[in-house]
Amino acid sequence: MSWEVVIGLEIHAQLTTKSKIFSGASTAYGAAPNSQACPIDLGMPGVLPVLNQAVIGKSIMLGLALDAEIGKRSVFDRKNYFYPDLPKGYQTTQFEFPIVGQGKLEIELEDGRKKVIGVTRAHLEEDAGKSVHGLVPGQTGVDLNRSGTPLLEIVSDPDMSSAKEAVAYAKKMHELVQYLGICDGNMQEGSFRVDSNVSVRRPGEPLGTRAELKNINSFRFIEKAIEFEIERQIELIESGGTVVQETRLYDAENDTTRSMRTKEDANDYRYFPCPDLLPVIIVDEDIEAIRATMPELPEAKRTRFVTEFGLSDYDAVVLTSSRAMAEFFEKVVALTQKKDIKLCANWVTSGFSAALNRDGLSVEVSPVSAEMLAGMIERILDNSISGKIAKQVFEAMWQGEGTADQVIESKGLKQITDTGAIEALVDEVLANNPEQVESYKAGQTKMLGYFVGQIMKVSGGQANPGQVNKMLVAKLK
Amino acid sequence: MSLGKAEVEYISRLTQIEVREEAVEGVAQKLSNILDLFAQMEAADTQDVLPMAHPLDAVQRLRPDVVTEVDQHEKLQAIAPAAAEAHYLVPQVIE
Repeated sequence: MSWEVVIGLEIHAQLTTKSKIFSGASTAYGAAPNSQACPIDLGMPGVLPVLNQAVIGKSIMLGLALDAEIGKRSVFDRKNYFYPDLPKGYQTTQFEFPIVGQGKLEIELEDGRKKVIGVTRAHLEEDAGKSVHGLVPGQTGVDLNRSGTPLLEIVSDPDMSSAKEAVAYAKKMHELVQYLGICDGNMQEGSFRVDSNVSVRRPGEPLGTRAELKNINSFRFIEKAIEFEIERQIELIESGGTVVQETRLYDAENDTTRSMRTKEDANDYRYFPCPDLLPVIIVDEDIEAIRATMPELPEAKRTRFVTEFGLSDYDAVVLTSSRAMAEFFEKVVALTQKKDIKLCANWVTSGFSAALNRDGLSVEVSPVSAEMLAGMIERILDNSISGKIAKQVFEAMWQGEGTADQVIESKGLKQITDTGAIEALVDEVLANNPEQVESYKAGQTKMLGYFVGQIMKVSGGQANPGQVNKMLVAKLK
Repeated sequence: MSLGKAEVEYISRLTQIEVREEAVEGVAQKLSNILDLFAQMEAADTQDVLPMAHPLDAVQRLRPDVVTEVDQHEKLQAIAPAAAEAHYLVPQVIE
């Protein structure tokens, strides 16, 4: 008998703020332990949290991108539990009135089909600190730098029915939050964490008991962990067992999941409205102000690159793989006054991207700026250099040898367009190859390519190939 | 509504508040009285009443996203029960 898989994801996206959600402590990653944990983050008696306005705007932005209802009156609640990395004894979060309500996100599956995944809600909350083991034997160290870091928890509907769909959704959300600039998406540093709720059932039956897979920091491992978990649950039920509601950890080394803690006390967080924080009221003007600052989303950009720029679907996808890449490309196009968009696309998707990949760099720290690449493309367009020489110029720019003009000048790479100089080259090559000239004249017109090759070689690749061709044909008549 | 011994022990575990064996009965009685009061209040019709999030009829003020705090961990850790290498120390937690 067949099984149906039901998956829902909870994604914690760390919002890109300078300070914490309720305090003025820095959120910078990698600081010395506890150097960014102030009395509010520590839960000292008598302190009062004050909400960071940046988190409101960033949440509204996500809500608009997900076509979601924005919570006009949003309330903070206390979720009570005891753990050393949570000195207050409660996490300030949102329960009944989240800032973002029901929305949706369309994903594309491997076979090209599209599927709409519901987003139940997204709510604001604070992160907890970090436990450090092995510092002092028999004790646990606590670093509270992370406590109070703003998180937006994005909860999906249980709409995904395979590990692949779950990963497609997670990747799409990952791309979206980065495009919006509300989260840096760094999974290694924990800025984007995906928890998966997985259950199986027989078709037509009610939802099965779910297990939660927590804190997996790569898309590949999310897929493997879910696949393993589906298998485990099916085998368990088929051999007469029952799935218990629990949190399971993924063990990448052995490709298995194991129980971390059972969630028997799931409803015992004793949520209640936080008396320290008042309800947040969002008016239409706030929403419209944010809407006006929304960047163009990847889908829209892709479509525009195809319709407005005449690029292929493939190029459009590659060029919009990140917001930085897309903006780099558009800058190059604008700087070259849209004279040859296809040429710009080719340079960005091949030469430029290849160099980034080779050196493991991101667009933001590329040694060749959009201005420099555009400057080089201008020289190709005005025939100062050929496409072949351009590769040499690009590499020199990449190595920090200056702008295209500086490189062309210092290396003497300027294309020879002077008729007299080209004529001299043509004459030289023809004089040195009398036999080939004879066979050309006897009808071997293919020989033309040989002559062009020889002339380019003699000129060090700098002769203008178009002019060389023309002159050869004229001389050989 | 009355709470039994088992329920008091469960609540004690959740709240991490120790209730000594001889006090369980008394605590059960007190908590039961509070629940009776809730039962009484449930008679009120709250059909169209929005749950109160805060007793003050005011709106949350927001602060600009600016770092205003400086590193004070030495001062803060001076009053902690135990600290080492800039970390707060707690009894070992094993997951």
